[in-house]
Amino acid sequence: MIAGTNTIYIDGQEIPFTPGQTVMDAALAASVYIPHLCHYPGLPPSGNCRLCMVETGGRNVAACIAQAAAGQEIRNNTPELNAARMAITQMLFVEGNHICPSCEKTGNCKLQAMAYHLGMLDQHFSQFYQHRDIDASHPDIALDRSRCILCDLCVRASRDIDRKNVFAIAGRGIDAHLIVNSASGKLADTPIAATDLAATICPVGAILIKEQGYRVPIGQRIYDRRTICETGLQEHIAQQRRDQ
Amino acid sequence: MESDKPAPPSTRRIAIDPVTRVEGHGKITLLIDDNNHIVEARFHIVEFRGFEKFIQGRPYWEVPFLVQRLCGICPVSHQLAAAKAVDQIAGSRELTPTATKLRRLLHFGQMLQSHALHFFHLSSPDFLFGFGGDPKLRNIAGVLEQFPEIALQGVKLRKYGQSIIEVITGKRIHGTGTVPGGMNKSVTAIERDTLLAGIGDILQWSQDAVALNEHIHTAHPEHRDFGTLPSHYLSMTGTRGELEFYHGGLRARAADGSDIFDQFDYCGYQQILKEEVRSWSYLKFPYFSALGTALGWYRVGPLARINNCDRIITPRAEAARWRFKACGFGGPVHDTLAYHWARMIELLHCAESIHTLLHDPDITGTDLLADKDHRRPQGIGVIEAPRGTLFHHYHVNDEGLVTQANLIVSTTSNNQAMNESVRVVANRYLNGHEITATLLNHLEVAVRAYDPCLSCATHALGKMPLQVTLQHIDGAVIHQLTKKADGVIQ
Repeated sequence: MIAGTNTIYIDGQEIPFTPGQTVMDAALAASVYIPHLCHYPGLPPSGNCRLCMVETGGRNVAACIAQAAAGQEIRNNTPELNAARMAITQMLFVEGNHICPSCEKTGNCKLQAMAYHLGMLDQHFSQFYQHRDIDASHPDIALDRSRCILCDLCVRASRDIDRKNVFAIAGRGIDAHLIVNSASGKLADTPIAATDLAATICPVGAILIKEQGYRVPIGQRIYDRRTICETGLQEHIAQQRRDQ
Repeated sequence: MESDKPAPPSTRRIAIDPVTRVEGHGKITLLIDDNNHIVEARFHIVEFRGFEKFIQGRPYWEVPFLVQRLCGICPVSHQLAAAKAVDQIAGSRELTPTATKLRRLLHFGQMLQSHALHFFHLSSPDFLFGFGGDPKLRNIAGVLEQFPEIALQGVKLRKYGQSIIEVITGKRIHGTGTVPGGMNKSVTAIERDTLLAGIGDILQWSQDAVALNEHIHTAHPEHRDFGTLPSHYLSMTGTRGELEFYHGGLRARAADGSDIFDQFDYCGYQQILKEEVRSWSYLKFPYFSALGTALGWYRVGPLARINNCDRIITPRAEAARWRFKACGFGGPVHDTLAYHWARMIELLHCAESIHTLLHDPDITGTDLLADKDHRRPQGIGVIEAPRGTLFHHYHVNDEGLVTQANLIVSTTSNNQAMNESVRVVANRYLNGHEITATLLNHLEVAVRAYDPCLSCATHALGKMPLQVTLQHIDGAVIHQLTKKADGVIQ
């Protein structure tokens, strides 16, 4: 491949891409980590979380939905962008009830890991103290909406991989919320199963397999052993293997 | 026994706010009559956190890790009590030997570190420098300066207990470990051997701590009747009456040593215990329901446990118990300051038990989870926490969400006894209408003997300055004394 044709530059590093590939996919394929929460290899991008904002051509774009273009120069790991990412992460924390000390997702939570990655030391913004219902009607799966960050991953996984269309986002802006597609609005009345990707893809503790919490000892949880940069790249490699 | 009624019109009020070197924030009010006789003492607990309310609606398997946040000193006790309740809810009848022994080892580590903290860090300054000693010295920093060997032993004892907690739960404070029906990991051979390398010193220092407390108590006659209070005692004992911290039946003994009940299944605790609410404190007042509020109050914790048990299965602690028992002349030891001595006997028992368990191959086993049958709508977990008998009771709905919770925390059970001890000590040391540093110190020493954890009892944390106010019932302040957080009295 000739540099400058199917090549982009992220923080000066030359990165190849294939036509139609997003900046995020090209970066991950080249083992360059761009922070993200709502991107998942194998699922269509949604551009929801805005953590993957990168700067190119004098404006910010979401790397997960921006198409890579030949010769594009992209700024990713900059103090300004990381400050904006941290502010977004802080907003996600205060908008829900993310009580890390007792949450069963602690150590396995991407939001928590992202906060560590970005050096977040406090929430900065005032806590919303949302009160959202828990749906524990399903025998194997619990849905704690107070932890939902509206990443849309469960919606896409259920619709595009599981082919069950169990979840949806209703409302707009500050009123956006996760709903369950059943007449009762309860998980028990949907075909979701604990083995579905939608039941396990949640990056935070909103969708949980019941009675499995705290089974993994401290020290052996995902982010006890790896950084979110490493797991982000590993997810991409795993998808590449599946594609092959 | 005091009540919720307003103070009689001819009394004055003395307030000590807050009490220091206890875990949390307390305030004492003394109501005195015209003859300067203390007619009532109120140890106010003014914090409120409301764990029983806000765990409602949470999944039951989350509960042990929510409620352990009640406290930073004894989170393991709360986790284990809740875990026992959660085992019942999840349908686990009997844990595997490995899980049971891991929980016991964890609990011994917890008791060891908490007891060491209380005596060496919080209470030893009172005894090493005297109740009226210079406040600038009468703290753990002063002990480190004047009695470095004792202070370092205390620090290392606590560190060792925390090391056990860290090995089993992953963190020294607020780790994980328990899961419904078992544990999430066992001890590795390397971890066991690391702990075994230090147990020799722990045994010796624990024995020395018992000897020190035995000497302090027996060599100072004034300690024998300091806040001494005939009372009933409640504790858990093993099936053969042995000292037991993790699982057993409830035993209550009257002040004369006779049984009130014995080997009572704690799942029926609501049949024998009730709680009274008084408007001036967030801390409830439990009592034996058969005896009523006036006569049914009781004490829990080390003094209750050592008084109530028939034996201790570890030899050094059992020998120490016999020497302790001799002080009761055939009956229970009612000396309030003997709490410290009893606490150190338990410390020694913990050290011996840890030594035994570390040689038990089961703790490195892999069979961590018990079989389960159907889920149950409620669970009750009771253990002996460092400060006394601890009750956790949860109801869950069909979906596994908590609908109701009731916690009777150790310090709650000692509530009335602390008031009584304060009244007894205040009557002895109050001189006229003046609040003196001596009175202030002595009241604190009386309260501190119970090792009250106000954070647990009301689930709150507070600062620790101290204010004493002598106030007439009409509101006029007669005298006031303030001790700041740095120990300076104004």
